[in-house]
Amino acid sequence: MRLLNDDPITLLVSRFLSPFIMLFGLYMIFHGHYSPGGGFQGGTMLAASFILMRLTSGITIAQLQFNSALAAPLGALGVLIYFGTGFAAMVFGGNFLDYKFLPLAGLTGAELRAMGILIIEVGVGLAVMAILTSIYDNLLGDPDDA
Amino acid sequence: MKWINFLLLAVFLALMLYAATGLSNRGDASAPMNREFSPAGTPNAANFYIHNAYKDAKTPNIVTVVLADYRGYDTLGEVAVIFTAGLICYLILCKPRKNNETP
Repeated sequence: MRLLNDDPITLLVSRFLSPFIMLFGLYMIFHGHYSPGGGFQGGTMLAASFILMRLTSGITIAQLQFNSALAAPLGALGVLIYFGTGFAAMVFGGNFLDYKFLPLAGLTGAELRAMGILIIEVGVGLAVMAILTSIYDNLLGDPDDA
Repeated sequence: MKWINFLLLAVFLALMLYAATGLSNRGDASAPMNREFSPAGTPNAANFYIHNAYKDAKTPNIVTVVLADYRGYDTLGEVAVIFTAGLICYLILCKPRKNNETP
C-alpha cells in the first residue's frame, strides 16, 4: 500500500502515454489481417501499457486500471474463446478450427474464415495481455507485504 | 583494440545491407524459395500458400492466414503454453493468504 515512486512527472507522462500504447495494441490486434501484427504482438502492447502504469504509479492506482484478480479469469477466457471457436466449428459440422462452418449469418466461406481469424486473434490478445500482466504482478509479490 | 570491433561491425553491417538488396519481394511466387519445386526438386509448401491464402480467407496478410487458419492448431498450443506459464508463475510465486495461517 505504498507508492513505489512519488515523482509527479513520471506519473503524468505515463498516464498520458498508457492509453496511446493501449490504442496501438488494439490497432495491432484488429489490423493483423492487413499489416504485420496480430494477437501475440497486440496483447504484448496492451500488457506493456498496464506494466508502465504499475511501474510508475505504485500498486493502488494501477489496480484501478487493471485489477490483478482479473488476470487469471481473463487469460482463461482468451484461451476459451480460441478453443470455443474451434469447437463451435466442430459442433456445426466441420473439422476442429475449420472456420467455414461457424454459425455466423450473412457471410460466405472465405469471409467466414476472415471473421474466424479475427475472433481467435482477439482471444489470443486477451490471453497474452492478462497472462503477461499477471506474471509481472506475481513477480512483484503480495502488495500487503511491502 | 576497440576500433577493430567497430570496424568489424561496420563491415558486417555493410555486408548485411548489400545482401538485403538482393532479397526477393514479399510474396513473389517466382522467387527461388517460393517456386512450386525447390532447386533440389522437392515440392514447396510456400507456393501453395501464396496462391491460395487470399482466395481461402480474404485476408491479404499471408502470415496471418498461415498462423491462424492453416496452422490454427499450432497456435492454439502456443496460447495454451503461455496460459500454463502464467498459471505456474502464480502457483510458484503467490504466497498463501494471511488469514489461512495459524499463528
